[in-house]
Amino acid sequence: MELPFFYLFSVGIIGASILMVTRANVIHAALLLVLTFFFLSGVYVLAGAEFLAVVQILLYAGGIMVLYLFSIMLMSVDVAVRLRQFHRQTIFAMATAVLLALEIWMVLSRGTSYPAFKSFGWGIGATPGNVEALGSVLYTQFLFPFEVASVLLLAAMIGAIVLAKRTIDR
Amino acid sequence: MPQEYLPILILLALATGFAVVNLGVSFFFGCRRPTAEKDTAYECGIVPETNARGRFSVKFFLVAMLFIVFDVETIFLFPWAVVFRELGGFGLAAMTPFMLLLIASLIYEWKRGALEWD
Amino acid sequence: MIAEIIAATLKIVLVLGVVSLVVAYLTYLERKIIGHIQMRLGPMRVGWHGLLQPIADGLKLFLKEDIIPSRADKIVFVIAPIMVLVPAFVVYSVLPFGPNFYITQVNVGLFLVLAVSSLGVFGIVMAGWASNSKYSLLGALRGAAQMLSYEIFLGFALIGPLMLAGSLNLQNIVQAQSDVWFVFYQPLAFIVFFIAALAETNRVPFDLPEAETELVAGFHTEYSGMKFAFFFLAEYANIMAVSTVGIAVFFGGWKGIPGIPLPGLVWYLLKLGAIIFVFIWIRATLPRYRYDQLMRIGWKFMFPLVIANIFLTGLVKLLFL
Repeated sequence: MELPFFYLFSVGIIGASILMVTRANVIHAALLLVLTFFFLSGVYVLAGAEFLAVVQILLYAGGIMVLYLFSIMLMSVDVAVRLRQFHRQTIFAMATAVLLALEIWMVLSRGTSYPAFKSFGWGIGATPGNVEALGSVLYTQFLFPFEVASVLLLAAMIGAIVLAKRTIDR
Repeated sequence: MPQEYLPILILLALATGFAVVNLGVSFFFGCRRPTAEKDTAYECGIVPETNARGRFSVKFFLVAMLFIVFDVETIFLFPWAVVFRELGGFGLAAMTPFMLLLIASLIYEWKRGALEWD
Repeated sequence: MIAEIIAATLKIVLVLGVVSLVVAYLTYLERKIIGHIQMRLGPMRVGWHGLLQPIADGLKLFLKEDIIPSRADKIVFVIAPIMVLVPAFVVYSVLPFGPNFYITQVNVGLFLVLAVSSLGVFGIVMAGWASNSKYSLLGALRGAAQMLSYEIFLGFALIGPLMLAGSLNLQNIVQAQSDVWFVFYQPLAFIVFFIAALAETNRVPFDLPEAETELVAGFHTEYSGMKFAFFFLAEYANIMAVSTVGIAVFFGGWKGIPGIPLPGLVWYLLKLGAIIFVFIWIRATLPRYRYDQLMRIGWKFMFPLVIANIFLTGLVKLLFL
């Protein structure tokens, strides 16, 4: 039952990503990235990770993409994009793509027998009440990473303000 | 339960279809008489001189940055609020360092003047 | 399975149709109420007491010429109003209108509402950018910054009642208010929620991004015809949606006062009418905030308030309830 939707979302992700990296207009590429995020959150819903799906839309599409848009507008990037740049990096790009393809093939060929899947003990989509399950684990078992996340956020905030204030005061 | 999300997908498709059909039909039924004056950007009657896509203030960028950091905090707060009854005092004690660090970042911005004149 | 899809589609078409109609008549209602508050009559000519006014307005916008500025980015110019309208409608999929009156209920309902509302910001920025006009872009950026900031306060304000309800499913939140509505337990959160809702939907006193006397018309300066109508449809649909969320979280959703037997839907409509009346009343009464005042009261006043509310709720819940 879920298979046709999975194919729909996958085709959407692949299509939108390919379109995105081939656009000359950066704003169009940003819009296609938002489309990719939508399809991605659809895949998350199919996997039973509803909270993550909504976080994807809230944070990525609604927050980070707005940040991208602001950066694009601040730096007037779309004018510079008409020049063909970064020609020398084609070799590195090809090598990275081949490595990534090898990794994906390795994961796919092993399937769910991968050790990491077993150690957590939840199957995909096993728990109803995704948010309660997440909450009951995040603030008890994974408390330390959670606190570290707040330090990370503090560092990000201070970094952003220092950089921005330098530009304002200049 | 992915089945519960199917109506949302249907609603998304229907709303997008409604919007596109509306625009399409309006495009066909409306008149189309483009003139040079109508097509230029409106600037209170005078001819626009400079390109609109100039540079802008970094304040907006800072607000977007603030939004992301506090949005991540919201994302952490929501599951905590949902399981608050089960977590009890331990939950409150666990959340307090997190919130204090984020309040510290808010105070830092306040003192640095990042919340001013925006 | 197919039957479920058909049932869901019928419900969606019904809700979309009713919402569109109500949103159109909301414009009429607003003009009438503001008119009466200002000691005049509002629309009176089209139909009896102006009741056909929204239809006339809709037809007019439908038939108007579609002007696209010559230097605008055409694809993004057309997509932007769609990006503002679609999230405004998608929010209705998880809202509870009555005990059995909803399109669907998901485990993360309230969170989904927040996420989908944050997509409206994206559409506004696109609209301002695609118009290739300084006024539009500045209006769009200011509007985006305002909506981003107040969205955070909206989220934080919802955490308080969430701690009392224990679920993100909106029906569960309504059920959790069987004895006392949350507005009595969380008055501070409600005040912040209401102010943030005013700012999110770009209503007075926070309507600087689209005010007629500022920046020409803000981000929709260059829009005409149906696309312009979409921005207004989206705004009123957002008002209704955020009022419904407020009613579900703070005022007991479709639950009524015990003793008066009315169906849940009617209670919900009464509460919705009251809140929308307050929205319109505020528009007729208050002046507009300047942009820096707006950001200042948000970040320096409301944010500490709502953080304090979270701690207070936690402490009180642990010690007393």
